[in-house]
Amino acid sequence: MIKSTISLLYILAASMVSYSTSYKDDENGYKNLKQEITDYILHHVQDSHDFGLLSYKDKKTNRKVYIGIPLPIIIYDKGFKFFMSSKFDHGRQVAKIDDSYYVLHHDKIYKSDSNGTISYGKNGNPQNIKPLDFSITKSVISIIFVSILMYLLFRNLAQSYNKNGLISSGVGRFFEPLIVYIRDDIAIPNIGLKHYKRFMSFLLTIFFFVWFCNILGLTPLGVNVTGNIAITFCLALLTFIITTISGTKDYWMHIFWMPGMPLPMKIIMAPIELLGVFIKPFTLMIRLYANILAGHIVMMTLISMIFLFRNFIGSGLSFLLAFFISIIEILVALLQAYIFTILSALYFGFAVEEHDH
Amino acid sequence: MEKLINEFSFGLFFWQLLIFVGLILILKKFAWKPILDALNERENSIKESLESAQRAKDEFSKIKSDNEKILNDAKKERDFLISDAKKTGREIVEDAKNVAKIESEKIIENARESITKEKDLILKDLKFQVIDLSVEIASKILKKELSEKQKQDDYVQKLIDEIELK
Repeated sequence: MIKSTISLLYILAASMVSYSTSYKDDENGYKNLKQEITDYILHHVQDSHDFGLLSYKDKKTNRKVYIGIPLPIIIYDKGFKFFMSSKFDHGRQVAKIDDSYYVLHHDKIYKSDSNGTISYGKNGNPQNIKPLDFSITKSVISIIFVSILMYLLFRNLAQSYNKNGLISSGVGRFFEPLIVYIRDDIAIPNIGLKHYKRFMSFLLTIFFFVWFCNILGLTPLGVNVTGNIAITFCLALLTFIITTISGTKDYWMHIFWMPGMPLPMKIIMAPIELLGVFIKPFTLMIRLYANILAGHIVMMTLISMIFLFRNFIGSGLSFLLAFFISIIEILVALLQAYIFTILSALYFGFAVEEHDH
Repeated sequence: MEKLINEFSFGLFFWQLLIFVGLILILKKFAWKPILDALNERENSIKESLESAQRAKDEFSKIKSDNEKILNDAKKERDFLISDAKKTGREIVEDAKNVAKIESEKIIENARESITKEKDLILKDLKFQVIDLSVEIASKILKKELSEKQKQDDYVQKLIDEIELK
Protein backbone atom coordinates (compact mmCIF):
# COMPACT_ATOMS: atom_id res chain seq x y z
CA MET A 1 0.00 0.00 0.00
CA ILE A 2 2.67 2.44 1.17
CA LYS A 3 4.98 1.51 -1.71
CA SER A 4 2.24 2.16 -4.26
CA THR A 5 1.40 5.48 -2.60
CA ILE A 6 5.03 6.52 -2.76
CA SER A 7 5.37 5.52 -6.39
CA LEU A 8 2.15 7.35 -7.26
CA LEU A 9 3.43 10.50 -5.60
CA TYR A 10 6.73 10.05 -7.35
CA ILE A 11 5.07 9.80 -10.76
CA LEU A 12 2.98 12.86 -9.95
CA ALA A 13 6.04 14.79 -8.89
CA ALA A 14 8.01 13.69 -11.95
CA SER A 15 5.23 14.80 -14.31
CA MET A 16 5.12 18.17 -12.60
CA VAL A 17 8.87 18.58 -13.07
CA SER A 18 8.67 17.78 -16.76
CA TYR A 19 5.72 20.11 -17.14
CA SER A 20 7.49 23.04 -15.57
CA THR A 21 10.79 22.38 -17.30
CA SER A 22 9.27 22.89 -20.73
CA TYR A 23 8.85 26.53 -19.91
CA LYS A 24 12.28 27.22 -18.57
CA ASP A 25 14.45 24.86 -20.56
CA ASP A 26 16.22 27.72 -22.26
CA GLU A 27 17.38 29.21 -19.02
CA ASN A 28 20.95 28.21 -18.50
CA GLY A 29 20.98 28.79 -14.79
CA TYR A 30 17.99 26.57 -14.35
CA LYS A 31 19.77 23.72 -16.11
CA ASN A 32 22.75 24.22 -13.86
CA LEU A 33 20.51 24.11 -10.82
CA LYS A 34 18.98 20.85 -11.99
CA GLN A 35 22.42 19.36 -12.54
CA GLU A 36 23.53 20.60 -9.17
CA ILE A 37 20.53 19.05 -7.47
CA THR A 38 21.15 15.72 -9.16
CA ASP A 39 24.79 15.79 -8.15
CA TYR A 40 23.86 16.83 -4.65
CA ILE A 41 21.36 14.00 -4.22
CA LEU A 42 23.75 11.43 -5.63
CA HIS A 43 26.46 12.78 -3.40
CA HIS A 44 24.22 12.66 -0.37
CA VAL A 45 23.14 9.05 -0.73
CA GLN A 46 26.77 7.99 -0.83
CA ASP A 47 29.12 7.73 2.06
CA SER A 48 31.32 10.77 2.61
CA HIS A 49 34.82 11.32 3.91
CA ASP A 50 33.88 14.41 5.84
CA PHE A 51 30.85 15.33 7.91
CA GLY A 52 29.40 18.09 5.79
CA LEU A 53 26.65 20.16 7.35
CA LEU A 54 26.05 22.66 4.56
CA SER A 55 27.71 24.18 1.52
CA TYR A 56 27.13 27.35 -0.45
CA LYS A 57 28.76 29.32 -3.24
CA ASP A 58 30.68 32.40 -2.20
CA LYS A 59 29.60 35.15 -4.65
CA LYS A 60 32.93 37.09 -4.45
CA THR A 61 35.40 34.26 -5.05
CA ASN A 62 32.89 32.14 -6.98
CA ARG A 63 34.09 29.18 -4.94
CA LYS A 64 32.05 26.63 -3.07
CA VAL A 65 32.37 26.94 0.69
CA TYR A 66 31.83 23.80 2.76
CA ILE A 67 30.92 23.89 6.42
CA GLY A 68 31.46 20.63 8.23
CA ILE A 69 33.84 18.49 10.22
CA PRO A 70 36.82 16.80 8.57
CA LEU A 71 37.10 13.10 9.43
CA PRO A 72 40.17 10.89 9.78
CA ILE A 73 41.23 8.91 6.75
CA ILE A 74 42.86 5.53 7.12
CA ILE A 75 44.10 3.86 3.94
CA TYR A 76 46.18 0.78 3.39
CA ASP A 77 48.67 1.26 0.59
CA LYS A 78 51.91 -0.52 1.48
CA GLY A 79 51.30 0.19 5.16
CA PHE A 80 48.59 2.12 6.92
CA LYS A 81 48.40 5.86 6.36
CA PHE A 82 46.49 8.25 8.57
CA PHE A 83 45.51 11.83 7.78
CA MET A 84 42.53 14.13 7.98
CA SER A 85 40.10 14.52 5.10
CA SER A 86 40.73 18.28 5.12
CA LYS A 87 43.86 17.51 3.07
CA PHE A 88 41.65 16.72 0.09
CA ASP A 89 39.68 19.97 0.45
CA HIS A 90 36.56 18.21 -0.86
CA GLY A 91 38.35 16.74 -3.86
CA ARG A 92 39.92 20.04 -4.95
CA GLN A 93 43.41 19.19 -3.73
CA VAL A 94 45.81 16.32 -4.16
CA ALA A 95 46.92 14.88 -0.83
CA LYS A 96 50.63 14.05 -0.65
CA ILE A 97 51.32 11.39 1.96
CA ASP A 98 54.80 9.78 2.20
CA ASP A 99 55.76 10.39 -1.43
CA SER A 100 52.41 9.06 -2.68
CA TYR A 101 49.64 11.20 -4.12
CA TYR A 102 45.94 10.57 -3.54
CA VAL A 103 42.88 12.24 -4.93
CA LEU A 104 39.24 12.19 -3.88
CA HIS A 105 36.93 11.53 -6.80
CA HIS A 106 33.21 11.13 -6.12
CA ASP A 107 34.03 10.38 -2.47
CA LYS A 108 36.40 7.58 -3.38
CA ILE A 109 40.14 7.70 -2.83
CA TYR A 110 42.39 6.93 -5.80
CA LYS A 111 46.15 6.81 -6.10
CA SER A 112 47.39 9.45 -8.50
CA ASP A 113 50.36 11.59 -9.48
CA SER A 114 51.27 15.06 -8.27
CA ASN A 115 48.78 16.66 -10.69
CA GLY A 116 45.94 14.43 -9.56
CA THR A 117 45.22 13.01 -13.02
CA ILE A 118 42.61 10.32 -13.26
CA SER A 119 42.54 8.04 -16.28
CA TYR A 120 39.12 6.78 -17.25
CA GLY A 121 38.35 3.42 -18.79
CA LYS A 122 35.90 2.62 -21.54
CA ASN A 123 32.88 2.58 -19.28
CA GLY A 124 33.80 5.90 -17.77
CA ASN A 125 35.06 4.49 -14.48
CA PRO A 126 38.43 5.64 -13.14
CA GLN A 127 41.23 3.16 -13.79
CA ASN A 128 43.54 4.40 -11.04
CA ILE A 129 44.55 2.11 -8.18
CA LYS A 130 42.12 2.21 -5.27
CA PRO A 131 43.92 1.76 -1.96
CA LEU A 132 42.01 -0.14 0.73
CA ASP A 133 39.99 2.50 2.49
CA PHE A 134 39.37 2.03 6.21
CA SER A 135 38.49 5.67 6.79
CA ILE A 136 36.25 6.78 9.60
CA THR A 137 33.64 8.09 7.20
CA LYS A 138 30.37 9.85 7.89
CA SER A 139 28.59 6.50 8.01
CA VAL A 140 31.15 5.05 10.43
CA ILE A 141 30.70 8.09 12.68
CA SER A 142 26.94 7.56 12.50
CA ILE A 143 27.30 3.87 13.34
CA ILE A 144 29.48 4.74 16.32
CA PHE A 145 26.98 7.38 17.41
CA VAL A 146 24.04 4.96 17.17
CA SER A 147 26.04 2.29 18.99
CA ILE A 148 26.91 4.61 21.87
CA LEU A 149 23.31 5.84 22.01
CA MET A 150 22.01 2.27 22.15
CA TYR A 151 24.56 1.31 24.78
CA LEU A 152 23.65 4.22 27.04
CA LEU A 153 19.92 3.83 26.49
CA PHE A 154 19.65 0.11 27.11
CA ARG A 155 22.24 -0.10 29.86
CA ASN A 156 20.27 2.62 31.60
CA LEU A 157 17.09 0.62 31.11
CA ALA A 158 18.77 -2.54 32.40
CA GLN A 159 20.00 -0.76 35.50
CA SER A 160 16.67 0.88 36.21
CA TYR A 161 15.13 -2.56 36.87
CA ASN A 162 17.43 -3.19 39.80
CA LYS A 163 17.04 0.27 41.23
CA ASN A 164 13.31 0.39 40.97
CA GLY A 165 12.19 -3.07 42.02
CA LEU A 166 11.70 -4.64 38.56
CA ILE A 167 9.87 -1.59 37.22
CA SER A 168 11.68 0.29 34.50
CA SER A 169 12.14 4.01 34.68
CA GLY A 170 13.70 6.75 32.61
CA VAL A 171 13.90 7.13 28.83
CA GLY A 172 14.53 3.43 28.30
CA ARG A 173 11.03 2.77 29.55
CA PHE A 174 9.70 3.79 26.16
CA PHE A 175 11.56 0.89 24.56
CA GLU A 176 10.48 -1.77 27.02
CA PRO A 177 7.21 -2.57 25.19
CA LEU A 178 9.18 -2.91 21.96
CA ILE A 179 11.57 -5.36 23.59
CA VAL A 180 8.61 -7.34 24.91
CA TYR A 181 7.00 -7.16 21.44
CA ILE A 182 10.14 -8.48 19.75
CA ARG A 183 10.32 -11.31 22.25
CA ASP A 184 6.63 -12.26 22.28
CA ASP A 185 5.56 -11.49 18.72
CA ILE A 186 8.70 -11.86 16.65
CA ALA A 187 11.10 -14.27 18.33
CA ILE A 188 8.81 -16.74 20.10
CA PRO A 189 6.25 -17.37 17.30
CA ASN A 190 8.92 -17.68 14.59
CA ILE A 191 11.70 -19.49 16.42
CA GLY A 192 9.82 -21.34 19.14
CA LEU A 193 10.02 -21.26 22.90
CA LYS A 194 12.84 -23.76 23.04
CA HIS A 195 15.45 -21.92 21.02
CA TYR A 196 14.45 -18.28 20.89
CA LYS A 197 16.70 -17.13 23.75
CA ARG A 198 19.87 -17.74 21.74
CA PHE A 199 18.80 -15.27 19.05
CA MET A 200 17.33 -12.55 21.22
CA SER A 201 20.51 -10.46 21.48
CA PHE A 202 20.95 -10.41 17.73
CA LEU A 203 17.30 -9.67 16.98
CA LEU A 204 17.04 -6.88 19.53
CA THR A 205 20.31 -5.30 18.45
CA ILE A 206 19.48 -5.46 14.76
CA PHE A 207 15.97 -4.09 15.28
CA PHE A 208 17.04 -1.07 17.27
CA PHE A 209 20.18 -0.52 15.21
CA VAL A 210 18.29 -0.46 11.92
CA TRP A 211 15.50 1.63 13.36
CA PHE A 212 17.79 4.21 14.93
CA CYS A 213 19.92 4.40 11.77
CA ASN A 214 16.79 4.87 9.67
CA ILE A 215 15.55 7.63 11.96
CA LEU A 216 18.98 9.24 12.01
CA GLY A 217 18.84 9.24 8.21
CA LEU A 218 15.67 11.35 8.38
CA THR A 219 17.33 14.09 10.42
CA PRO A 220 18.78 17.08 8.58
CA LEU A 221 22.26 15.74 9.37
CA GLY A 222 21.86 13.90 6.08
CA VAL A 223 23.44 10.60 6.94
CA ASN A 224 22.45 7.56 4.90
CA VAL A 225 23.61 4.55 6.87
CA THR A 226 21.01 1.87 6.16
CA GLY A 227 20.76 3.02 2.55
CA ASN A 228 24.32 1.90 2.00
CA ILE A 229 24.92 -1.50 0.43
CA ALA A 230 27.95 -2.26 2.61
CA ILE A 231 25.89 -1.83 5.79
CA THR A 232 22.93 -3.92 4.65
CA PHE A 233 25.33 -6.52 3.24
CA CYS A 234 26.97 -6.78 6.65
CA LEU A 235 23.64 -7.14 8.45
CA ALA A 236 22.34 -9.70 5.96
CA LEU A 237 25.64 -11.58 6.14
CA LEU A 238 25.31 -11.87 9.90
CA THR A 239 21.78 -13.24 9.51
CA PHE A 240 23.11 -15.69 6.93
CA ILE A 241 26.02 -16.80 9.13
CA ILE A 242 23.82 -17.27 12.20
CA THR A 243 21.23 -19.20 10.18
CA THR A 244 23.92 -21.42 8.70
CA ILE A 245 25.74 -22.24 11.91
CA SER A 246 22.57 -22.85 13.90
CA GLY A 247 21.06 -25.03 11.17
CA THR A 248 20.17 -28.46 12.49
CA LYS A 249 20.65 -31.76 10.66
CA ASP A 250 16.95 -31.55 9.88
CA TYR A 251 17.38 -28.14 8.26
CA TRP A 252 20.11 -29.32 5.92
CA MET A 253 18.20 -32.47 5.12
CA HIS A 254 15.23 -30.33 4.09
CA ILE A 255 17.52 -28.42 1.75
CA PHE A 256 19.47 -31.23 0.10
CA TRP A 257 17.14 -34.19 0.43
CA MET A 258 13.57 -33.06 1.03
CA PRO A 259 11.86 -35.87 2.91
CA GLY A 260 8.49 -37.16 1.80
CA MET A 261 9.03 -36.40 -1.88
CA PRO A 262 9.58 -38.69 -4.87
CA LEU A 263 13.19 -39.11 -5.97
CA PRO A 264 13.11 -36.92 -9.12
CA MET A 265 11.52 -34.11 -7.12
CA LYS A 266 14.25 -34.44 -4.52
CA ILE A 267 16.88 -33.95 -7.20
CA ILE A 268 15.05 -30.93 -8.62
CA MET A 269 14.38 -29.39 -5.22
CA ALA A 270 17.95 -29.58 -3.94
CA PRO A 271 19.47 -26.80 -6.12
CA ILE A 272 16.38 -24.62 -5.69
CA GLU A 273 16.48 -24.95 -1.94
CA LEU A 274 20.22 -24.35 -1.91
CA LEU A 275 19.72 -21.21 -3.96
CA GLY A 276 17.05 -20.16 -1.47
CA VAL A 277 19.60 -20.26 1.32
CA PHE A 278 21.49 -17.45 -0.40
CA ILE A 279 18.53 -15.61 -1.83
CA LYS A 280 16.91 -15.15 1.57
CA PRO A 281 19.69 -12.98 3.05
CA PHE A 282 20.23 -11.37 -0.35
CA THR A 283 16.64 -10.12 -0.40
CA LEU A 284 17.11 -8.85 3.14
CA MET A 285 20.08 -6.83 1.97
CA ILE A 286 18.41 -5.41 -1.12
CA ARG A 287 15.06 -4.69 0.58
CA LEU A 288 16.50 -2.52 3.32
CA TYR A 289 19.00 -0.83 1.00
CA ALA A 290 16.50 -0.05 -1.73
CA ASN A 291 13.75 1.14 0.58
CA ILE A 292 15.91 3.55 2.50
CA LEU A 293 17.79 4.75 -0.56
CA ALA A 294 14.56 5.31 -2.50
CA GLY A 295 13.06 7.12 0.47
CA HIS A 296 16.03 9.47 0.65
CA ILE A 297 16.02 10.14 -3.08
CA VAL A 298 12.29 10.77 -3.18
CA MET A 299 12.42 13.09 -0.21
CA MET A 300 15.37 15.05 -1.47
CA THR A 301 13.81 15.31 -4.92
CA LEU A 302 10.60 16.68 -3.47
CA ILE A 303 12.46 19.15 -1.29
CA SER A 304 14.62 20.33 -4.21
CA MET A 305 11.48 20.73 -6.34
CA ILE A 306 10.49 23.54 -4.01
CA PHE A 307 13.46 25.44 -5.42
CA LEU A 308 12.88 24.29 -8.99
CA PHE A 309 9.28 25.52 -9.27
CA ARG A 310 9.87 28.99 -7.91
CA ASN A 311 6.15 29.67 -7.81
CA PHE A 312 3.67 29.56 -5.00
CA ILE A 313 1.49 26.66 -6.20
CA GLY A 314 4.21 24.29 -7.36
CA SER A 315 6.52 24.94 -4.46
CA GLY A 316 3.65 24.76 -2.01
CA LEU A 317 2.55 21.43 -3.40
CA SER A 318 6.11 20.16 -3.32
CA PHE A 319 6.38 21.25 0.26
CA LEU A 320 3.18 19.43 1.17
CA LEU A 321 4.33 16.31 -0.65
CA ALA A 322 7.72 16.43 1.02
CA PHE A 323 6.00 16.88 4.35
CA PHE A 324 3.75 13.86 3.91
CA ILE A 325 6.54 11.73 2.49
CA SER A 326 8.58 12.62 5.59
CA ILE A 327 5.79 11.29 7.78
CA ILE A 328 5.55 8.14 5.67
CA GLU A 329 9.31 7.76 5.88
CA ILE A 330 9.13 7.79 9.68
CA LEU A 331 6.76 4.86 9.39
CA VAL A 332 8.96 3.18 6.79
CA ALA A 333 11.95 3.56 9.14
CA LEU A 334 10.17 1.46 11.77
CA LEU A 335 8.60 -0.86 9.23
CA GLN A 336 11.90 -1.76 7.57
CA ALA A 337 13.53 -2.44 10.93
CA TYR A 338 10.55 -4.64 11.82
CA ILE A 339 10.67 -6.50 8.50
CA PHE A 340 14.40 -7.11 8.76
CA THR A 341 13.99 -8.43 12.29
CA ILE A 342 10.96 -10.63 11.63
CA LEU A 343 12.48 -12.15 8.50
CA SER A 344 15.74 -12.84 10.33
CA ALA A 345 13.73 -14.50 13.08
CA LEU A 346 11.84 -16.51 10.46
CA TYR A 347 15.07 -17.76 8.90
CA PHE A 348 16.45 -18.68 12.32
CA GLY A 349 13.18 -20.47 12.94
CA PHE A 350 13.65 -22.53 9.77
CA ALA A 351 17.17 -23.39 10.87
CA VAL A 352 16.24 -24.71 14.31
CA GLU A 353 12.81 -26.10 13.46
CA GLU A 354 12.12 -29.63 14.64
CA HIS A 355 9.96 -31.68 12.31
CA ASP A 356 7.92 -34.68 13.22
CA HIS A 357 8.10 -37.24 10.46
CA MET B 1 24.39 -4.79 -10.11
CA GLU B 2 27.71 -3.40 -11.33
CA LYS B 3 26.84 -0.10 -9.74
CA LEU B 4 26.08 -1.89 -6.49
CA ILE B 5 29.43 -3.63 -6.52
CA ASN B 6 31.12 -0.39 -7.47
CA GLU B 7 29.45 1.39 -4.61
CA PHE B 8 30.42 -1.28 -2.13
CA SER B 9 32.96 0.06 0.30
CA PHE B 10 35.05 -2.58 1.98
CA GLY B 11 36.19 -0.17 4.67
CA LEU B 12 32.65 0.65 5.67
CA PHE B 13 31.77 -3.06 5.67
CA PHE B 14 34.75 -3.74 7.89
CA TRP B 15 33.83 -1.05 10.40
CA GLN B 16 30.17 -2.04 10.38
CA LEU B 17 31.03 -5.68 11.03
CA LEU B 18 33.45 -4.80 13.81
CA ILE B 19 31.20 -2.27 15.52
CA PHE B 20 28.00 -4.22 15.08
CA VAL B 21 29.36 -7.52 16.40
CA GLY B 22 30.96 -5.61 19.27
CA LEU B 23 27.65 -3.86 19.89
CA ILE B 24 25.78 -7.18 19.99
CA LEU B 25 28.24 -8.63 22.51
CA ILE B 26 28.36 -5.52 24.69
CA LEU B 27 24.59 -5.05 24.68
CA LYS B 28 24.09 -8.75 25.38
CA LYS B 29 26.19 -8.44 28.51
CA PHE B 30 25.10 -5.03 29.75
CA ALA B 31 21.60 -4.64 28.39
CA TRP B 32 19.70 -7.50 26.78
CA LYS B 33 20.49 -10.19 29.32
CA PRO B 34 19.66 -8.08 32.39
CA ILE B 35 16.59 -6.58 30.68
CA LEU B 36 15.21 -9.94 29.56
CA ASP B 37 16.01 -11.49 32.93
CA ALA B 38 14.27 -8.63 34.71
CA LEU B 39 11.27 -8.91 32.40
CA ASN B 40 11.08 -12.65 32.95
CA GLU B 41 11.46 -12.25 36.66
CA ARG B 42 8.78 -9.60 36.72
CA GLU B 43 6.40 -11.67 34.64
CA ASN B 44 7.02 -14.69 36.84
CA SER B 45 6.43 -12.67 39.98
CA ILE B 46 3.20 -11.30 38.52
CA LYS B 47 2.13 -14.80 37.58
CA GLU B 48 3.04 -16.13 41.00
CA SER B 49 1.25 -13.28 42.73
CA LEU B 50 -1.88 -13.94 40.71
CA GLU B 51 -1.65 -17.64 41.42
CA SER B 52 -1.11 -17.10 45.12
CA ALA B 53 -4.00 -14.65 45.18
CA GLN B 54 -6.15 -17.30 43.52
CA ARG B 55 -4.89 -19.87 46.00
CA ALA B 56 -5.65 -17.52 48.89
CA LYS B 57 -9.10 -16.97 47.47
CA ASP B 58 -9.68 -20.71 47.16
CA GLU B 59 -8.29 -21.24 50.64
CA PHE B 60 -10.53 -18.54 51.98
CA SER B 61 -13.65 -19.95 50.35
CA LYS B 62 -12.65 -23.39 51.61
CA ILE B 63 -12.22 -22.03 55.11
CA LYS B 64 -15.53 -20.26 54.79
CA SER B 65 -17.32 -23.42 53.75
CA ASP B 66 -15.49 -25.29 56.51
CA ASN B 67 -16.62 -22.69 58.97
CA GLU B 68 -20.17 -23.00 57.80
CA LYS B 69 -19.95 -26.74 58.09
CA ILE B 70 -18.52 -26.47 61.59
CA LEU B 71 -21.19 -23.98 62.50
CA ASN B 72 -23.91 -26.25 61.17
CA ASP B 73 -22.40 -29.19 63.01
CA ALA B 74 -22.25 -27.13 66.16
CA LYS B 75 -25.87 -26.10 65.73
CA LYS B 76 -26.93 -29.70 65.22
CA GLU B 77 -24.85 -30.75 68.19
CA ARG B 78 -26.38 -28.01 70.27
CA ASP B 79 -29.92 -28.93 69.23
CA PHE B 80 -29.17 -32.53 69.95
CA LEU B 81 -27.66 -31.68 73.30
CA ILE B 82 -30.58 -29.48 74.22
CA SER B 83 -33.14 -32.07 73.26
CA ASP B 84 -31.09 -34.72 75.01
CA ALA B 85 -30.83 -32.57 78.09
CA LYS B 86 -34.56 -31.93 78.02
CA LYS B 87 -35.22 -35.63 77.72
CA THR B 88 -32.81 -36.42 80.51
CA GLY B 89 -34.35 -33.70 82.62
CA ARG B 90 -37.77 -35.09 82.04
CA GLU B 91 -36.57 -38.56 82.89
CA ILE B 92 -34.90 -37.32 86.06
CA VAL B 93 -38.05 -35.52 87.09
CA GLU B 94 -40.09 -38.62 86.30
CA ASP B 95 -37.72 -40.81 88.27
CA ALA B 96 -37.68 -38.39 91.14
CA LYS B 97 -41.46 -38.31 91.11
CA ASN B 98 -41.65 -42.08 91.14
CA VAL B 99 -39.09 -42.36 93.89
CA ALA B 100 -40.86 -39.69 95.88
CA LYS B 101 -44.17 -41.42 95.35
CA ILE B 102 -42.80 -44.76 96.54
CA GLU B 103 -41.05 -43.10 99.44
CA SER B 104 -44.07 -41.12 100.42
CA GLU B 105 -46.23 -44.21 100.22
CA LYS B 106 -43.74 -45.99 102.36
CA ILE B 107 -43.72 -43.17 104.86
CA ILE B 108 -47.47 -43.04 104.90
CA GLU B 109 -47.59 -46.78 105.40
CA ASN B 110 -45.13 -46.58 108.23
CA ALA B 111 -47.04 -43.72 109.75
CA ARG B 112 -50.24 -45.64 109.45
CA GLU B 113 -48.70 -48.68 111.02
CA SER B 114 -47.23 -46.69 113.89
CA ILE B 115 -50.53 -44.86 114.32
CA THR B 116 -52.35 -48.17 114.53
CA LYS B 117 -49.81 -49.44 117.03
CA GLU B 118 -50.10 -46.27 119.08
CA LYS B 119 -53.83 -46.45 118.91
CA ASP B 120 -53.81 -50.05 120.14
CA LEU B 121 -51.46 -49.14 122.93
CA ILE B 122 -53.58 -46.16 123.87
CA LEU B 123 -56.74 -48.22 123.72
CA LYS B 124 -55.17 -50.89 125.88
CA ASP B 125 -54.01 -48.30 128.34
CA LEU B 126 -57.40 -46.69 128.25
CA LYS B 127 -59.06 -50.04 128.93
CA PHE B 128 -56.89 -50.62 131.94
CA GLN B 129 -57.56 -47.14 133.21
CA VAL B 130 -61.30 -47.57 132.63
CA ILE B 131 -61.16 -50.86 134.44
CA ASP B 132 -59.25 -49.31 137.29
CA LEU B 133 -61.64 -46.39 137.41
CA SER B 134 -64.63 -48.69 137.24
CA VAL B 135 -63.23 -50.89 139.97
CA GLU B 136 -62.52 -47.85 142.13
CA ILE B 137 -65.88 -46.39 141.43
CA ALA B 138 -67.53 -49.72 142.13
CA SER B 139 -65.57 -50.18 145.31
CA LYS B 140 -66.45 -46.71 146.44
CA ILE B 141 -70.10 -47.32 145.61
CA LEU B 142 -70.00 -50.65 147.39
CA LYS B 143 -68.38 -49.15 150.42
CA LYS B 144 -71.02 -46.51 150.61
CA GLU B 145 -73.84 -48.95 149.95
CA LEU B 146 -72.63 -51.54 152.29
CA SER B 147 -72.04 -49.28 155.21
CA GLU B 148 -75.49 -49.91 156.49
CA LYS B 149 -76.35 -53.30 157.72
CA GLN B 150 -79.57 -53.61 155.96
CA LYS B 151 -78.23 -52.77 152.77
CA GLN B 152 -75.46 -55.27 153.18
CA ASP B 153 -77.93 -57.95 153.79
CA ASP B 154 -80.09 -56.92 150.96
CA TYR B 155 -77.16 -57.04 148.63
CA VAL B 156 -76.07 -60.35 149.91
CA GLN B 157 -79.58 -61.51 149.49
CA LYS B 158 -79.69 -60.18 146.03
CA LEU B 159 -76.38 -61.85 145.15
CA ILE B 160 -77.63 -65.07 146.67
CA ASP B 161 -80.73 -64.79 144.56
CA GLU B 162 -78.78 -64.22 141.56
CA ILE B 163 -76.67 -67.19 142.11
CA GLU B 164 -78.44 -70.19 140.85
CA LEU B 165 -77.28 -73.54 141.80
CA LYS B 166 -76.06 -75.46 139.03
